Amino acid sequence: MKISKVVEKMQPSGIRAFFDLVLGMKEVISLGVGEPDFVTPWQIREAGIYSLEQGFTSYTSNKGLYKLRLSIHRYLKDKYNLEYCPDEETLITVGVSEGLDLVLRAIINPGDKILIPVPSYVSYGPVTELAGGIPVYIDTSRDGFKITPKLLEKHIDQKTKAVILNYPTNPTGVSYRRKELVDINKVLLKHKVLCISDEVYADLTYDFEHVAFPTLPKAKENTVYFNGFSKAYAMTGWRVGFACGPKEIIAAMTKIHQYTIMCVSITSQMAAAEALVSAKKSVEQMKREYNRRREFMVAELNRLGLKCLKPQGAFYLFPSIKNTGLSSMDFSRKLLEEEKVAVVPGTAFGLSGEGYIRISYASSLDNLKEALTRLKRFLEKKR
Amino acid sequence: MDEILEILEKDGRASVEDIAKMIHKKPDAVKKAIKQYEKEGAILKYKAVINKDLIKDTESEVRALIEVNIVPQKDLGFEKIAQRIYSFPEVTSCYLISGTYDLLVVVEGKNLHTVSNFVAEKLSCLENVRGTATHFLLKKYKEDGVILKQKSENKRIAISY
Repeated sequence: MKISKVVEKMQPSGIRAFFDLVLGMKEVISLGVGEPDFVTPWQIREAGIYSLEQGFTSYTSNKGLYKLRLSIHRYLKDKYNLEYCPDEETLITVGVSEGLDLVLRAIINPGDKILIPVPSYVSYGPVTELAGGIPVYIDTSRDGFKITPKLLEKHIDQKTKAVILNYPTNPTGVSYRRKELVDINKVLLKHKVLCISDEVYADLTYDFEHVAFPTLPKAKENTVYFNGFSKAYAMTGWRVGFACGPKEIIAAMTKIHQYTIMCVSITSQMAAAEALVSAKKSVEQMKREYNRRREFMVAELNRLGLKCLKPQGAFYLFPSIKNTGLSSMDFSRKLLEEEKVAVVPGTAFGLSGEGYIRISYASSLDNLKEALTRLKRFLEKKR
Repeated sequence: MDEILEILEKDGRASVEDIAKMIHKKPDAVKKAIKQYEKEGAILKYKAVINKDLIKDTESEVRALIEVNIVPQKDLGFEKIAQRIYSFPEVTSCYLISGTYDLLVVVEGKNLHTVSNFVAEKLSCLENVRGTATHFLLKKYKEDGVILKQKSENKRIAISY
């Protein structure tokens, strides 16, 4: 069987083999998990169960349940004073992942370039390629893992169609203050480069208020905004996200969505609608807990000699392992084999992640402590 | 509520050093705050939450919730009689409640017999106690915010993006 050339050349990567190694091993303490360690708050699960009892088992409109789109409208209005029409400017997707695939397919013509600051979430590059675009990776490792106006200017050319921003960022946890975003926005407007803004970790921002990109001056018409329920509401397995943006782009995305996905599972949509109504307190509680672990882990990692910036959001740390002399992959593999602690090598998120590992603190404090004890032992052996 | 209390309420064994790291403060400041809470009585004591269903041979295998109807005393209201009741070591909790009854008293004992004896011979005979209704506890599901069952297994896959 002949496989498509695009798919064939997609990253096979040693990462997959490493992941398989982790999954095949027993009694591993994992700091490699990209999802909350909380289960979905009960009132949300209960709403899902109740909807099933009531017999809500059908398709919904392609765009998603109106009730949910309306709740999203209210949520964005309350939180950011940001208004998207629930009818024409909002689409419910199977997590943010589907939304990103849709927007890239909706805007890319063959040969269009998409800017991707790296290290980045793993799907941006491959999905760009699948849509016929050319990913242009921008190394941010020398700028504290932040994209800057200068870096943007350097990489924009005639073929540049859009940039994918993600803040707070997976894998680094880095986020931006308003001032920094304003400057980025100016560059994008100047060169007519669309902003694809993945803000799925927005509710997990610790040191300042999160700024939604479309709230910046003149940004709304030039931005497709993404958010979802997975991270803040601990709803990864429900697979619900949403996209908001200019109506012609949302309409184009909806076209693809209606042929490929039809609609998001109605149970998940019902539960997500409940999340926006009643789970604010649960989100706050989870956030406070993450924040404590963040402070704890940053202090401990630096004490162990793994230099680690204090990130402003998400539940990831991205410490440097350069002083061990090991590559990210070797470090991760040895740590797994010798101490049964799983982390994700920085290179999983692009080549500029070399010399770093991603640590997720979405794990109980007891687990984190045990992992630190093992990490300490590991580092002492390597000295 | 202060974060220190929030952390200690969940884990009474959290060390001063760990709390200090978690809330990004100096250990001395945390230590001082805890001492102050203890002094004020905001923190009363530290104890383990024990699932007694798993422990054999305890002195408190049977538990009853007793609604107590009392005649309040002039000038003292319910206080005096409540004190006479909660001072019995068999009484583990005692609350003044609204509704048909006045006090809700939680009593623990080795078996049905000891608890019944306590009600019949001590509680009911107190002057000012007009009547009691005893409910024996059959099963505990959740207590003080803790669900009383064994830890559920981890359902997440060990590594993901």
